[in-house]
Amino acid sequence: MSLEAAFADEPAFVPYIAAGDPSYEASLEYVEALARGGADAIELGLPFSEPIAEGTTIQEAIVRALEGGMTPQRYLEFVSEVDADVPLVCMTYYNLIYQYGESDGPRSFVEAAAEAGIEGFVVPDLPAEEAGPLRNACDEFGLDLVFIVAPTTEGERLETMKAQVSGYVYVQARLGTTGARDDVSDHTERSLARIADWDVPKAVGFGIKTGEHAERIVRAGADGIIVGSALVDIVAEGHENGDSTATVADRLEEKARELKQGALAGAAVEQ
Amino acid sequence: MSTDSKFGDYGGQYVPEALMPAIEELTDAYERYVLNNEDGFMDEFRDRMRDFGGRPMPLQRADQLSARYDTEVYLKREDLLHGGAHKLNNALGQVLLAKYMGKERIIAETGAGQHGTATAMAAAHLDIPCEIYMGETDIARQRPNVFRMRTNGAEVNPVTTGRGTLKEAISETMRDWSRTVENTHYVIGSIVGPHPFPSMVRDFHSVISEEARQQIQEKTGDLPDSVLACAGGGSNTMGMFHHFIDDESVDLYAVEAGGSSLSVDEETGVAPNSASLSTGNEGVLHGARTKILQDSDGQIMESHSVSAGLDYAGVGPELAYLVDEGRVEPVNVDDDSALEAFHRLSQDEGIIPALETAHAFGYLERVAGPATEGRAAESRDEHHDRLGDSVVINVSGRGDKDLETVIEETGNRDLDNAPDMSIFREIGGGML
Repeated sequence: MSLEAAFADEPAFVPYIAAGDPSYEASLEYVEALARGGADAIELGLPFSEPIAEGTTIQEAIVRALEGGMTPQRYLEFVSEVDADVPLVCMTYYNLIYQYGESDGPRSFVEAAAEAGIEGFVVPDLPAEEAGPLRNACDEFGLDLVFIVAPTTEGERLETMKAQVSGYVYVQARLGTTGARDDVSDHTERSLARIADWDVPKAVGFGIKTGEHAERIVRAGADGIIVGSALVDIVAEGHENGDSTATVADRLEEKARELKQGALAGAAVEQ
Repeated sequence: MSTDSKFGDYGGQYVPEALMPAIEELTDAYERYVLNNEDGFMDEFRDRMRDFGGRPMPLQRADQLSARYDTEVYLKREDLLHGGAHKLNNALGQVLLAKYMGKERIIAETGAGQHGTATAMAAAHLDIPCEIYMGETDIARQRPNVFRMRTNGAEVNPVTTGRGTLKEAISETMRDWSRTVENTHYVIGSIVGPHPFPSMVRDFHSVISEEARQQIQEKTGDLPDSVLACAGGGSNTMGMFHHFIDDESVDLYAVEAGGSSLSVDEETGVAPNSASLSTGNEGVLHGARTKILQDSDGQIMESHSVSAGLDYAGVGPELAYLVDEGRVEPVNVDDDSALEAFHRLSQDEGIIPALETAHAFGYLERVAGPATEGRAAESRDEHHDRLGDSVVINVSGRGDKDLETVIEETGNRDLDNAPDMSIFREIGGGML
């Protein structure tokens, strides 16, 4: 299934989880639990040692995954092994994509990722101005390239992204790194208004952690919601308390269901 | 983004989208105030560097070293700048720029604590709140600088991720900035990061070579044959090289930290050195494409040096470019040789250098010094072929901050020229 199709019929729920957090086997079950809970696409983090765009929660998840032995090669194996009928988006940093394979440049990794079953990329430290080589490689292998629009993104920068984006656009609901917050920013409506004429689905992220948040974001006009920290918190807590993988997977599935239901409720009110 | 954000293929702006507007705003301010002296910015900067910083710094002939190496050795005394290191050039420049831009808060990362100290001083001087991010490992080994920052009124935020050194502190400061860009300026401490930082930081430090180039000609009637500076991120290096770049007769040596070994442990992800110019390869770190220490997957290595200020897995993109172009020669000096050089400069010239700075002197000893057990002396002709008849070395900082480290590290080694430090063990207490 393509990324855009994941948004076609109803508001999409797009969870983020770091592959390998806290272990390869456990996170494989977590991905499948999120799919059972109603995920329409999954942003699957490939951990990088310097994740400058992440807040503490996801940064710690990345540290756990790296300590658990996750590497780009194992990540690709992981992707091939995922047993779920949802598109997977690789979220990582440019250096890992750039260094993969024998020759420098993103092509080798994009080719390998496409073969493993990845449908698209989100690369938070790759601005649209530097994205040409990755965009070309994605085109060559039929993958999407998602860009993040920040509350501060304006003017020419919006145009540069609009020209290159595919799959969906990741709308950052407020300033800052990733992390669950109690408030849902009122930046959302304004952010969506600025990209109203883009012909890709608009998914809003940063700070959504309850079904009620999801509902409000969708009511404000989002085509989907992206949730990371609220889910990673569940993984972290389970890890700290020594809970079984099955228990944590159940909690994730339940949280996923809450968020997906919230998103659906947001759309229902609109009609 | 303009093409002059690049040095060849190096540089660029690899940052999260939330930071791009701040980077663009900063680029605009850099061009207006720094490059075009709008509102007299550069005049005020130079006035303050004179009255508050103490510029110009002298160029001093090192009599004992000149005799030892049979070459004229001149010292550019950045250790005499207010704060005890070259760092104030950049810190005061950027804090002043933040004021001109109307920002209300300063954040900075620090490794050795010299940049944090300089930023805290500049922020106090210009009356603007300041928070410093510092790795917990560095906090432990640079306590005097932590006290200085606190004394100047700065908040010091410990960074506990990774190994708790400079690269983690930079990542953490970038995170703060992406939350607070609207009212906060990030005073980056070296010629690293996204454009315009590498160019702007170099410009604030280029006063070092501007002065030195004139001073050496006044003293000797000629340009030097070689210029040496230590290189971690590379800010004192580019400051010392900038005005000599076009002087083709002047050889430029960037002396990196060879640490305990130049080899790399892929298993643990540790490079026991900080020699990214000598041994790193191209990649993207902290907003720029440059030479970095990384494993075969592209994960960033933990670097090492006895000197906290050189302990960084990347290097400024301009230096990476100048090395590829053959204009700058990267060389390196290991921990042992740096410690020896620390004691030599202290004993022979009465200057206690920063451990960073000591690396540059370690290279001088290796090339021009007398024979040692493991190494035959080069002939006078050989080392004169390399360094020439007159050498300028940047004394980038003073070593007071490093005394605890030096006492401990010297105690762990068998150095020929180390003073007897046993008195500290007998007294015990705080120093050990």
